Order: sequence, then C-alpha cells, then structure tokens
Amino acid sequence: MGGLQKKKYERGSATNYITRNKARKKLQLSLADFRRLCILKGIYPHEPKHKKKVNKGSTAPRTFYLFKDIRFLLHEPIVRKFREYKVFVRKLRKAYGKAEWTGVERLRDNKPGYKLDHIIKERYPTFIDALRDIDDALSMCFLFSTFARTGKCHVQTITLCRRLTVEWMNYVVTSRSLRKVFLSIKGIYYQAEVLGQLITWLVPYQFAHDHPTDVDYRVMATFTEMYTTLFGFINFRLYQTLNLVYPPKLDSKAESELKAEHEEDYAMDSESYLEKLSALSASLARVVATAEEEENQLDLFPTEGEDQENMQAREKEQKEQEAQKRLFEGLKFFLNREVPRESLAFILRCFGAEVSWDKSLCIGGTYEVTDETITHQIVDRPDMDKQYINRYYIQPQWVFDSVNAQMRLPVEDYFLGTTLPPHLSPFVEEKDGDYVPPEKLKLMALQRGEKPVQEEEDEEEEDEEEEEEDDEEEDDVDDEELTEEKNLKKMEGTRAQGKTLAVKVTPGKVKPWETGSVGNKVRLEQEEKAEEKRLAIMMMKKKEKYLYDKIMFGKKRTTREVNVVAGPEMSSLCNNKKLINSRTTCVRGHYLFTWTLVPS
Amino acid sequence: STLWANKSTNLQRGDTASTIDVSVLDIRNTVGNVPMEWYQDYPHIGYNLDGKKIFKPIRNKDELDEFLDKMENPDYWRTVHDKTTASDIRLTDEQVDLVHRLQKGQFGDVNFNEYEPSVDFFTNEVMIHPVTNRPQDKRSFIPSLIEKEKVSKLVHAIKMGWIKPRKPKETTPQYYDLWAKEDPNAILGRHKMHVPAPKMRLPGHEESYNPPPEYLLTEEERLVWEQQDAEDRKLPFLPQKHSCLRAVPAFSRFIHERFERCLDLYLCPRQRKMRVNVNPEDLIPKLPKPKDLQPFPTTMSLVYRGHTSLVRSISASPTGQWLVSGSDDFTVRFWEVNTGRCMKTLEVGGAVKSVAWNPNPAVCLVAVCFERTVLLLNPSLGDRLVVSSTDQLITAYEPPEEDKEQAVTWALSEGLEHNMGHRLTLTHPKAVKQVVWHGKGDYLSSVMPDNSSNLQVLIHQVSKRRTQNPFRKNKGLVQCVSFHPLRPYFFVATQRYVRVYNLIKQELTKKLMTNCKWISSMAIHPGGDNLICGSYDCRLAWFDLDLSTKPYKMLRHHKKALRGVAYHRNYPLFASGADDGSVIVCHGMVYNDLLQNPLIVPVKVLKGHQITHDLGVLDVTFHPTQPWVFSSGADTTIRLFT
Repeated sequence: MGGLQKKKYERGSATNYITRNKARKKLQLSLADFRRLCILKGIYPHEPKHKKKVNKGSTAPRTFYLFKDIRFLLHEPIVRKFREYKVFVRKLRKAYGKAEWTGVERLRDNKPGYKLDHIIKERYPTFIDALRDIDDALSMCFLFSTFARTGKCHVQTITLCRRLTVEWMNYVVTSRSLRKVFLSIKGIYYQAEVLGQLITWLVPYQFAHDHPTDVDYRVMATFTEMYTTLFGFINFRLYQTLNLVYPPKLDSKAESELKAEHEEDYAMDSESYLEKLSALSASLARVVATAEEEENQLDLFPTEGEDQENMQAREKEQKEQEAQKRLFEGLKFFLNREVPRESLAFILRCFGAEVSWDKSLCIGGTYEVTDETITHQIVDRPDMDKQYINRYYIQPQWVFDSVNAQMRLPVEDYFLGTTLPPHLSPFVEEKDGDYVPPEKLKLMALQRGEKPVQEEEDEEEEDEEEEEEDDEEEDDVDDEELTEEKNLKKMEGTRAQGKTLAVKVTPGKVKPWETGSVGNKVRLEQEEKAEEKRLAIMMMKKKEKYLYDKIMFGKKRTTREVNVVAGPEMSSLCNNKKLINSRTTCVRGHYLFTWTLVPS
Repeated sequence: STLWANKSTNLQRGDTASTIDVSVLDIRNTVGNVPMEWYQDYPHIGYNLDGKKIFKPIRNKDELDEFLDKMENPDYWRTVHDKTTASDIRLTDEQVDLVHRLQKGQFGDVNFNEYEPSVDFFTNEVMIHPVTNRPQDKRSFIPSLIEKEKVSKLVHAIKMGWIKPRKPKETTPQYYDLWAKEDPNAILGRHKMHVPAPKMRLPGHEESYNPPPEYLLTEEERLVWEQQDAEDRKLPFLPQKHSCLRAVPAFSRFIHERFERCLDLYLCPRQRKMRVNVNPEDLIPKLPKPKDLQPFPTTMSLVYRGHTSLVRSISASPTGQWLVSGSDDFTVRFWEVNTGRCMKTLEVGGAVKSVAWNPNPAVCLVAVCFERTVLLLNPSLGDRLVVSSTDQLITAYEPPEEDKEQAVTWALSEGLEHNMGHRLTLTHPKAVKQVVWHGKGDYLSSVMPDNSSNLQVLIHQVSKRRTQNPFRKNKGLVQCVSFHPLRPYFFVATQRYVRVYNLIKQELTKKLMTNCKWISSMAIHPGGDNLICGSYDCRLAWFDLDLSTKPYKMLRHHKKALRGVAYHRNYPLFASGADDGSVIVCHGMVYNDLLQNPLIVPVKVLKGHQITHDLGVLDVTFHPTQPWVFSSGADTTIRLFT
C-alpha cells in the first residue's frame, strides 16, 4: 500500500467547469463587462451532468461555464479595450470635475472604440454558419429600427439598424426569396429561403413603443451591436452573390423616374435616398448590367430507379417554387393609406407585382389611384366612396393568404367589407392525429385543384342559416311545422289526382361486422391482434414499460387536446335539432361540415 | 417702500420751503436709514431736527380703519405711509406726476431734454499731423524668433511622426467580404462542440390576428389563464380575434419577449441531450403468437354454483373426473367436472381453508383443513375398488408398540361421521392454513402460520399415522409449503424467501430471494427444476432452480394481489389468479436442454369472476390431463375455462 491519498474534486468534471464568479475574477472584469464579453463572444453557461459533483458537493444553485471557454476568453483583445474604456471614463470624469474643457474635448476625440469583425469571423468561420444564426439578428434590428430617437439607445444604432433592414428587404425583393408570411397579434412574421436556409423574422406593427421599465436596454444594445456587425457583413456578401452594388444604389432608370418635383422640400438628399430605398418600389443597380437573371435549370443526369423519382420530385419542387416567385407577376396594386404600406409593398414586390401608393403617404409611389391599369386596390375600410369598376377592392389578408397558399386565392372572400375567413399560420405542419382546422382542409383541396363547388352553396346556406339563427328557436319549430305541412299538402294533392302514393323503400345497409363470414373474420383478426399486443405489453421490462407508458400518455394527451379544440362544436352539433333535417349545414365560423342523414 | 418714503420726504422738503407753515410740517426723523423695527418696543420713533423724540401716534390704524379709509377717503390712492414718522402723507399733484413719469421710464425732471444735439469731442477726420510721431519698432519688421522656435519644434515633431493629423472620425461601420477566404482550419473543435441555441418557436394558428374560432379561449379558460402564473400558462398570450388588420393593436409585451430571448441566449445553461426517437411499437417484445402455442384455455365453459360464501380452495382428483372445493360457508363440495353437478356436500365445523386431493390415483382421499383440524375424507366417488382399497388402507393400521408423544392427535372416525366420509381427524395445536400432499400420496404436510414458534410446519405419514416437526428453528412466518414432485425436497415459503430443504440429509439446500414483499402462493413445475411464486404486491416470480436463487423472470401482469398460482401437469402452462378478478394463463415452456432458458409467453387473460369485497380469484388449479383451468372466486362460484 502506498501512494498519495487522492483528493476529491481535483480531477474530472469538477475541474472542467467554473462558476461565473470565479470566471469573472479570473478575467478581472466587472460583472457588466463580463456579461458584455459573453454576449459578444457567444459564451453561454453549461449544465453539467452531475451538478453536485461539479459544485464540489454543494447543492447551491450556480451557473457554470466551461473552463475551456473562459480560458478562450483570456486571450481576447477586446478585453483590453474594455479596460481602456474604463480608464477613459475615469479620466473624463476627472476632467469634468476640474472643469478642464479642452481636456474633455481632447479625451472625447480620442475615445477608445473597438471593432467586432474578428469576433464575427471567429464565431462564424463560414458564411453559412452566419446565415443560420441570423434569425435573432433580424428580429432585433427590425425592432430597433422602429424605436423613436428618445434616448433608449444611440441614434446611430437606430439609423444603422434601419439602413441594414432596408438593405435586407431590398435583397429579399431582388432575390425573390420570401416564402411565407403570417399576421400574428405580435407582429408580422416573414420566412425567406436564402441560400437554402430558412430564415424567419418578426417585425412589430408600426406603433410607438411603450418602453417597459423592467428591461435592461444595455443588454439589448450589446446584442444589437454584435448583430449589426454580423448583419452588415452578411448583407455585403448577399449583395455580392446577386451582383448588386453595395451599399445599394437605385437603378439609374428608376432613379430618374422617382425624381419627385418637390423633392428638395421633402428631405435632405442623403435622407431621401434611404427613404427611396425603403420605399422598395424600384429595382437596384447591378455591378454588371444584365437584362434579367437567366433561369438556372437543373442539370439532368442520367439516373435510375429511386434516384429518378427523387430527381422528378426535386424538379417538381423547383417548378413550384418558380411559380410561386411569379405569383403576382403582371398585377398592378395600389395601396390605400390605411394599410401597412411597408410590409405590403415588400411582399408584393417579392412576388413580382407592381405597387404604388398615394404621393402624400410616402415617397416612391409611381402611379396614381386614377391609373386605369390597376388590377387590385388594397383597402382596409368598411366602404369606399368612389370605386373603379375594373379593379378588385380587397383586404390585405388576401395577399398574405395567397402567398401562404402559393396561389392566387379567389378574391370573393376578401372583398371590401366582407367578414374575412380565418387567417391560418403557414408554419404549422400537422402530423397525423393532430387537429387540422377545416379551413386548412379546404385550402388543401383547393391546392390539389379540386373546385370548391360546394362552397357557393355553403355560402348561400350559410347566409340563410345566419338569418335563421338571428331569429329564435321558435322559428326552428315553425320551420319544421311548415315542412310537415308542405308534405301533407303534397300528399293530399297527389291523392286528389287519384294516383297512388309513391312509397320508396331503400334497402338497408348491413354493417360489415354483422355479416357472417367476411366481417367477422376481419373483426376477429383485429381483436386477436389487439389481444396479442396487450399480452406482449405484459411481458415488457419495467424500464421499457415505463418509457412506453410515457410515450403513450403523450400521444393520448395530444388526441385529447385535439378533441378539446374540436370537441365543443362537435358535441353541440350532435345536440342540434337541425340534424333532423335531411341536409344540415353547420356554421362553425363560416362554412363546413355537411351531413346527409337518411331518416330511418 | 422705505426708498419711496425717503424720496417723498425729500420732495416734501423741497415743497415745504415754498409752503407757509414750515414749523408744523417739518418733522424730519434724524435716525437715518435704519430698519424702523428697531423702535418697535419704544414709544418714540426717532428724533427730530431739534433732538426731540418723535412719538408714535397714540392709536395705530387697524385693518378696519384701513378699510374704512379705503372706502371713504377719495385721496386714499395718493396717500403714502411714512414709516419714519409713522404718518400718512397725501401726495401732491406734482408728486403723482413724477411717479407716473418714472413708471413710464421717463426722466424725473420734466425739463430735461434727452435729444440734445451731440458734440464730437475729437474729430473723425484724419489730420495730416499724427498725434504721436514715434517711428515703428524694429521688431515689428523682423519675424519673431520665439515663434520660429515654436514652429520649428512643431515641424520637427511632425517630421518625426510625433504629431499626427487628427483622423476624421469614422462613424458608419465599414463592411467588406468577411468570408472571402473561408479557411477550413478555422473551424475549431469548439465550433463542433458548440450547442446552438434553439430557434424561436414558430407561431401556431392561435397566434393569428384572425384565428379560427375554435382557438379562441372560452370565458372559463380565459379566467383560468388570467389566474395562472406566467410560467404555468400554456400560451404566453391570449388569443384574440380582430375583424380587420386595421384594428390590430400593438403587442404590449414585444420588447419584453425580445429581451427574454436575449437573456435566454446568454444566460440559459445549455446541455447536449441525446433524445432517442423511439417507436413505441419497437419497445414491445417480439413473442411467438399465442395461436401457435395452443392448446390453452380460452373460454369459460362451466360455472359451478352452490356455495354461499367465498370459495377458498379447490382441487381436482387425479383422474380429472372430480373436483373438490372448500368454502367459508363451512362446507366441502364435490363436483363432477364435465357436468358441473354437485355430487356431495359435506358440512364441516369451520371455514375451510384448504382442500387437497390425494395425487395417488390408487387412493381416494381428500385432505380438508379448517380451524385446528385436518380431516381426511373418502368421498366414495369413482371406482369402487379404489374406494374400498382406500378404506382398507386406513383400517390396516396397526399401532406401534411404544407410543410416541406426537404434536397431533390422530383419531379414526366412526359411526355417522364414517358414513359421511370422514376417515381420520388430525387435531392440531393451532389453526391450520394449508394442507399439501406429497406426490406419492402417503405423506401430507400442514401449515400452521405462527410467527413465534418453530411449530409451523408438520409432516404426517398417513399409513403409519405418524407426525413429525421437521424444523427446530423458526425462520419466519410460513406462508405455504410444497413437496418436490420427484425428489425428497421440501419447499417452504416464508414472507419473502423460499427455502428448499433436503428431507433425507435434513439440511437447507437453497434459499430463493423472491424480491417480493409478501408471498401468497407457490407452485412447483412438474419437472421439479422450476418454481413460480405469487405475491400480494402483484408480482409473479419464476425461478429456475438450476440458474440462480434470484428470479429468472418477474411478471407484473396483474393489477392486484395474486392469490393463487398453478402449473399444469402435462402441458407447458401455468396460471395465476388475482384480486383483479382475472386469471392469466401463460405458456411456460421448459426445455430439456440446460442451455436454453424457459420461454414464458402470456397467452390468455380469462375473465369472469366478479370482484366482491375487493377479492377476485382465490385459487386456481389445472385439470390433470386436459388443458383446462379451474378457478374459484370470492363471488361464491367456481369456473372452468377450456
């Protein structure tokens, strides 16, 4: 026997992790600086597998960082900049205290700053990595660009965010990469497919923000600092891929078109340029002038069997996408002043439409309301005084729903003043067993190319139904009586004509399991299988049984939830008196569920 | 106001010179410009020119006087109070005029002309003769040396690069192609180890500004939502429906949510978790189909009714023609298996705890135990030869010469009891719970559970009417016992263990750990190498005696406590009955090959017994030749499943 006694917590996982406070001390940074560094460098706490072991036997709640991460931070040049800044602040305070104004000015001139380029490069070694992580950056920049210049953050940050978001939108318009849009109660979601990556971002509605007091804007500002740098580089690269000039310039042709008469009165030249860009109504200048981007066709390789099927599927997908990109091509839109101009202009331009608006609303409108060639006017008011007969007056939801459906939906549901059909989220992909809203089913049928024949009937009936429902239940009773009376009259009439009453006997259907041979067999087989399964479950090991029970519980819960969503309507339907009628349409929101019951 | 007063006194002085009654009015105070409060406590207010005291007026004006004065006196507006003399002075017209002029910002003197023509003191024209004729200094022609020195110093500093021109501040960031050269070596291990943050959850239908109506919360749901804590809520927002896009308000928690996302990104601990996507169907073990394992009982074909209380125990005759059952209604009934007919009913003096048919086909004896008695009955059913030979066997007993002291008294039944079928009565010192026959049919064991003594298990030999107590020590409360079907082994199940004793060597050979809380029943495989144990904690343990002392398989297929287990004598079947009212039949194949483990497959769940007083099936037993199973239940019936 011999050797040194091994001490606890000196090897293994206890040495791989470090608590936040210790890390901070090791880096000699204040908590605020440490936080800033972590945000910029993308360092996050890790959850150790055995917390107690890492925590040296204590169970106190602590956040742990990987020791490697902290060691990695030690060599970060930006840490020195933080310290320089601290010194600068101290000197400045001193100069202020002594009222040395020249000193203050000199110090201000030499204010230390830092760049984040190397950090971006280090965090995202390839462009695709950066692009994958851009969702949050986009949402944040879009939020910051809507801030008022009231001192919640630097004005430069706001203008920079605005500039970057405008550049991004222009890129999406030019590359036509928008895929899905969604009007939520939070804001407008957009999803674009850029270089094969799905990128989703959320833009708040255009309102002044009610700034909350319990939000630390410094944290948000640090994130924004990092995001704007990342976003700028990504924009640059994206513009390069499309052969566009960066920073974006308007097409010379478009520029001359957009030249307004009283432009000098409108804004300064530098400001109006960004406004014109953000109007999104003109195309951008290219480095090498090309007429139109040529269609890049899929190369055909000689393939066999399964590959061929895949190939065909891909080809089909490509075709669909191309069709979606040209969704609104050839249409001419006019936006009324009450609709969200920027988002609609963005979406419409993404799918190839021409769009304009009132001159007083924003710079960049290219034609007037009076233009006879306008095909659609987007309005969001109950009624219009003067209407042109050769254009559709539709509500903005039509645009959003059409984009999500990848087809131009029938405009009838979206006319001026009509009750809109529900707006569904395009991000939900129902698995089997999930609840599918009936509107979605209808949409899917429409996409498959089935003609909505029933719909008109439904709508008519719906109207009737609504009228009926406006009255009270007595009316229903009256209705029944009326029909009965009618039947009686009919019968009397036929009797009077001396004809025998045509009695129809429809042959009853026998339920499959009641028939002897075939049905019974099927049923027995099913039962046998169920029994077998039940018996096999008995033989499961304890661990597996637990897991199995858990999975089954989850499945059951989802079905229960689906039933809860779909349930009340169904149950109320079953209680509905009108089921007695031979054909009943049930109004659940709008249209749907049709039963045909044969009275036995 | 004091200034005013002084002025007015000055004016007064000017005036008084012209007025006649000088001596009366000239009461100037000589104290000077001092605060008059100093004289507050004195009767006088100062001194006049003659050095006499000026006395305060006897009666001061109060508010009321002031008011009356204001109302009545037409000159009130031009009356001024002089603090120095404590008298009121009425301003003259000239004085009022002066005040007015000063208020307008005019000169006090009426006669002052403010627009008199100005007279230049010096001429503005340049004269030919200078004022001074001093020649200019030389230094005004020569460049300054000090300045030169300073400039040259600066020039030198610039040359040396000590002074740099101030760079124009670059406020807008410069962007360039950061990823122009993508270096594959830059992808470090830490990038591979990076745990990317999950993306923001994509919105569902309920977040729409105009969701389908089924996604809106009902009134109760909304109330529940409002009362819940923010963490407990399933949805972080209330779904709302707006008739048009114009009506959608700003989302009040937008900045909050973004901020929370930021916090999550840099504060939330991350962990890589392997989540296996298991198909639940794959978890279910692949077993041979029950169909291929036939025969086994599948349907209930007969119900034996007649008992009026719960049937504790049943046993089938070795020929399989008869069935005996013992019940709490103090009766033992004999049934014909094929018809379900009750052949005989015997009243005994207590609730029957256990019945056991002698397994020897050449003997027709049934052991019945109730209270402290074990009764050996000859039911007189079946072959007459067998019945009579059994009687002969019992009567052929010859008492030995020396009578040993026994724990049990053996008594031969006679007379009426003999006619009823009673043959031998064994009176025990304690209540008997179970009787078991040895496979040969000569030995019989009875169990008297008692935690405090070693007299719990007795082994009787019927032919010699001898009783022995095999154990010297108490090893725990004995639940049940059993004989090995082929070899001289004896199994004793206590609360948690099963002990296997060698009866010849008189030693413990094995102790089986059942992992159960409380054993209720036990059965030995006819091959003798396997054993099953039912327990009150819903488990059934299969032991392979050659393999280990721990269970080879633990089955938890019953929902409630197991009451009885049984093996079939010929077929690879075993059954278990439990308080959930079901009998589960399993296929339990034991192979002769020692390397192959037994195959256990549940094949059928037989239901039929009603649960009464939380008790379901109390005993199960197999038919000795057919794949049939009998079960007795608390619902006073016995059922046959074929």
